[in-house]
Amino acid sequence: MSEMNREATTSMPMTNGRAATNTTARRSTTNRRARARQTAHDERLERRRAGKSGFSNPANPRRSMMLTLICGLFVAYCLFPFVYLLVNATKTQADFTSTFGLGFGHGFALWDNLQTVFTYQDGIFGRWLVNTLLYVVVGAGGATLLAIMGGYALAKFRFPGRNAVFVVVIGAISVPGIALAVPQFLLFAKLGLTNTPWAMIIPSLISPFGLYLMWIFSDQAVPTELLEAARVDGAGEFRTFWQVSLPLLAPGIVTTSLFTIVATWNNYFLPLIMLKDSSWYPLTIGLNQWKDQASTAGGQAIQNLVITGSLVTIIPLVIAFLLLQRYWQSGLAAGAVKE
Amino acid sequence: MAVPGIPTVRETGSLQKMKRGGRSWDWRGWKFMLPFALVFIFVFIVPIVYAIWISFYQKRMVGGTVFVGLANYIRLMQDAQFWDSVRRVALFTVVQVPIMLFLAAAMALALDSMKLHGSRFFRISTFLPYAVPAVVSTLIWGFVYGAKYGLVGSINNVFGSDLNVLAPSVLLAAIGNIVTWEFTGYNMLIFYSSLSTIPHSLYEAASIDGASEWQIVRRIKLPELRGSLAITVIFSIIGSFQLFNEPSILQNMVPGNSVTTYYTPNMYAYNLSFSGNQSNYAAALAIVMAIITMSIAYVVQLRSMREQMK
Repeated sequence: MSEMNREATTSMPMTNGRAATNTTARRSTTNRRARARQTAHDERLERRRAGKSGFSNPANPRRSMMLTLICGLFVAYCLFPFVYLLVNATKTQADFTSTFGLGFGHGFALWDNLQTVFTYQDGIFGRWLVNTLLYVVVGAGGATLLAIMGGYALAKFRFPGRNAVFVVVIGAISVPGIALAVPQFLLFAKLGLTNTPWAMIIPSLISPFGLYLMWIFSDQAVPTELLEAARVDGAGEFRTFWQVSLPLLAPGIVTTSLFTIVATWNNYFLPLIMLKDSSWYPLTIGLNQWKDQASTAGGQAIQNLVITGSLVTIIPLVIAFLLLQRYWQSGLAAGAVKE
Repeated sequence: MAVPGIPTVRETGSLQKMKRGGRSWDWRGWKFMLPFALVFIFVFIVPIVYAIWISFYQKRMVGGTVFVGLANYIRLMQDAQFWDSVRRVALFTVVQVPIMLFLAAAMALALDSMKLHGSRFFRISTFLPYAVPAVVSTLIWGFVYGAKYGLVGSINNVFGSDLNVLAPSVLLAAIGNIVTWEFTGYNMLIFYSSLSTIPHSLYEAASIDGASEWQIVRRIKLPELRGSLAITVIFSIIGSFQLFNEPSILQNMVPGNSVTTYYTPNMYAYNLSFSGNQSNYAAALAIVMAIITMSIAYVVQLRSMREQMK
């Protein structure tokens, strides 16, 4: 997003004539793409011209092959485990232990593996997937809602105890998970909540980082004058919130929900202590249990299922991140830049 | 909607005026803050208070649970295993966090320089590991590390070498690699976001004044990174002092007993309370760790972070 703007503005001066006629002549949305192409074209020209004159515009520099290669090494490091996972999800258990780690096996067993993952132990993996979805929808959804409201309150109201809320929440982030988990477990056990979905959902409702993001975001995205105008028109606080503020907060909400979803989807420690009954497990605990099976006496090693199950576990999140790129990037930008 | 007795904005003017006037409190914010606050109290405050409370007690075979004052804390101070685990995460923090943040900042600067071919691809692929659960990333790296059937094993077969990245002496570095892989992209994105807010007119002005690109990096970009550095440093320190998932998942993938039950403070507390049945002692440990973590975070940069948020 920001890059598009940046590129558009930097190439403007070089192309005033053409760009101006373009924008006035055709304003339809379909032409936005044509304009982006035009911008890219102008950029290329500018780079070439800069290359000849020996003067490089720091706001639009020449690309460097060297730097791309160096950074490419780091990207290779980041992507290599994904490749390993994909390659090994196509192997049978026998091939997994006998063939080269990054090479394919003797056959292509991906579909067989997928089928076995969902049918092994009466299809318990499907149950884990449904559990995870439940925890994500209720837990992360609730966490996002609470963070939106709390962040909005912190940004737009000067209420008594506001500073205390800030200090307590920041302090709470630095309390080790275990410091909370042990007494949380004892407390939930007393209330009869352990081994039920609530033990997983209720602690997931609090996301201090989400609160922080929504605070910063509300501060920037919702103009106080707009709120006052709505109040002058006689709208109540909640109506102002739903009808005026929420639409303005949309990109921040997408960002916050992505982060709460990742936190809940990936949570390992909380379900590890709260849930003993494998039919309430989320995917993370279930996968770990399958991995452990190899090291128990007489246990059947099912590494091919662990690998394939891992692949199934990460695919939804990877897709979500790819599709919602624009939102979380602009949302995080807003979060990181509070002056 | 308004709480009785409290003047509405219409009567008092802007929010600022109300605050400065100090005649009455503006309670409206609590309507939105309350749900978060209530759940927060239930899942954070009450357990912490409860942990402090039980840390003064001990379960005895005879006589049940008795009040023992500071006995748990005194025992902790003399517990060699506990200090062993604290030393390990401290070493981990001192080595891993700077490497990770340096990589993240370098990558963010490279992306922001707009000199890369295909920068969108670079941005998304370095961030992608963040979407992977710790369990899955530890499993993948664990399989890669495995000397018997993993990638390291395959490499040993091909080259006839005898690499073992899970040997006790390098195990911590192997874990550090997993954590670096998981979180560099996340930190990179925070850095990158703060860089992308610098107005580009500043760069143009600098280049007209004859500044070289390195000077622009040093004088404009690095100072801008300082603000987000505070956040990333604090979150990284807190994260590595709470190290648990990676070593505990690796535990039975590592040959022998290299990952002990007291490998990190969190693992020690977990094993004490869930297999050792010593929740009171574990609570004392958790509180001491919380205090250590909070004071380090505070000393390092909490102050600058607070200023940033005002």
